[in-house]
Amino acid sequence: MNPIMTPEEESLSPSRPESKSERPAPTPPASRPAASAGTAAIGAPALTVKNLFVYFGKNAAVKNVSLDIAAKAVTAIIGPSGCGKSTFLRALNRMHDLNPDARVEGEIRLFGEDIYARRIEPVVVRRRIGMVFQKSNPFPTMSIAENVTVGLRLNGVRNKKILAERTERALRMAALWDEVKDRLHAPAISLSGGQQQRLCIARALAVEPEVLLMDEPASALDPLATAKIEELILELKKDYTIVIVTHNMQQAARASDYTAFFYLGELVEFGPTAKIFTSPKQKRTEDYVTGRFG
Amino acid sequence: METHFETELDNLKQQLLAMAGHAETAVNRAVEALMQRNRDLALKVRADDDIIDHFEIEIDEMVIHLLTKAPLASHLRLVTVAMKISQNLERIGDEAAKIAKRARDLAQEPPLNITLDLPRMAALALAMVKEALDAFVQYDSSAARAVIPRDKEMDVLHKQVQQILADHMMAHPETIARCLHWIVAAKSLERIADHAKNIAEEVVYLCEAQDIRHPAAQNQNPPPADP
Repeated sequence: MNPIMTPEEESLSPSRPESKSERPAPTPPASRPAASAGTAAIGAPALTVKNLFVYFGKNAAVKNVSLDIAAKAVTAIIGPSGCGKSTFLRALNRMHDLNPDARVEGEIRLFGEDIYARRIEPVVVRRRIGMVFQKSNPFPTMSIAENVTVGLRLNGVRNKKILAERTERALRMAALWDEVKDRLHAPAISLSGGQQQRLCIARALAVEPEVLLMDEPASALDPLATAKIEELILELKKDYTIVIVTHNMQQAARASDYTAFFYLGELVEFGPTAKIFTSPKQKRTEDYVTGRFG
Repeated sequence: METHFETELDNLKQQLLAMAGHAETAVNRAVEALMQRNRDLALKVRADDDIIDHFEIEIDEMVIHLLTKAPLASHLRLVTVAMKISQNLERIGDEAAKIAKRARDLAQEPPLNITLDLPRMAALALAMVKEALDAFVQYDSSAARAVIPRDKEMDVLHKQVQQILADHMMAHPETIARCLHWIVAAKSLERIADHAKNIAEEVVYLCEAQDIRHPAAQNQNPPPADP
């Protein structure tokens, strides 16, 4: 039985608050290997990454990374430019499938299920693991409401009532509803930068993912809009697993529970955010967070 | 609606107030043990000092954690002032433990035949602590400033007690050991008032962003590099 719903199955099922019944059971603890540098997370992790390599041609941009991403928590990925953090993030939802020069080796499991297994559709992976990018990219020809529901409509959801409900829910979760409820049919590009980014978050949330990946979600925003995004992340983690790539260390300190420090494609250190920023174990981590390089 | 960071700041304030409560209780009990010659109460004060010490550790950890989030302006002052207030409260706890130690020792000796108004000193010291902390909670700079001159009242009371004891020791040398216990206890109460004054100065800094400590030093040129 394919535990990940096909589009047909999804559109036929009634809209219910918890559509997680199709999620496979997690791998039993006994079969998990011994803890390595990246397994400091407590409880059953949402994502387990083992010996991940990502190559662009002959160049390994990510080298032998093993990491557990804790469920319903925020994990920040930090490191200097070119350290492989965005490459790592994109491996988590099979974005590299779209690049003919890229090759991914190793294992990534979502609640125990191998997301790179042959029978798994990448599109379905990307529904369960959503993504928000640095430059917000609402579809310019669509309205606010259309942007939110595009993922649902592409998956065959037609029922207007369901679409309206899911639109409101997603916009509320993205803390945007109050600002746009009276102009849902206005063009998405009429929103401010910060609002557009929250719209993109709503769009990702509308298909009810389990994991949300965010690649520098606030770096194009002013401080007030940034603070709103950070506050939103802290709210969203009650229901979603979040992985955020950021070059802003104070943001990682403010908004995350765990932090992974990458350098030259390798995972140097991983641990609770409080520890990484007050007493890192590795000298390279200490040098980076205190601004001595990078 | 409050942000997560503001909630954490509230928690920090609550912890400080809880710590202050324990410190005030310790002072009250220590003075009661002293005046009532209650050895058991004195021992309890000394044992409970660990609680106050634990608060200091916890609050310092909370402060470091909050500092990683790069707070600015009044949040930055609040966080750093909280650390200093917790340090002063911990010292107040220590002074109470010192008073309790003397109370324990005095309880084992015959009582002295003099009247010493240590309860009045204690009441003044505790009033200063309470008013400084109220000023912190209310973010009230003038209330904090009002605490500072009361330290002079305490100095006057302290001198009076020292004088009485000095006179008594000269007239009755056999009481010297016991009088020294009382002198130390009185000194501890004077130190508690000093710590209350420190807390008040920190609150002024928090509210006004003005450092009013050490007025004489404020007017000087930078200190010399070598002593």
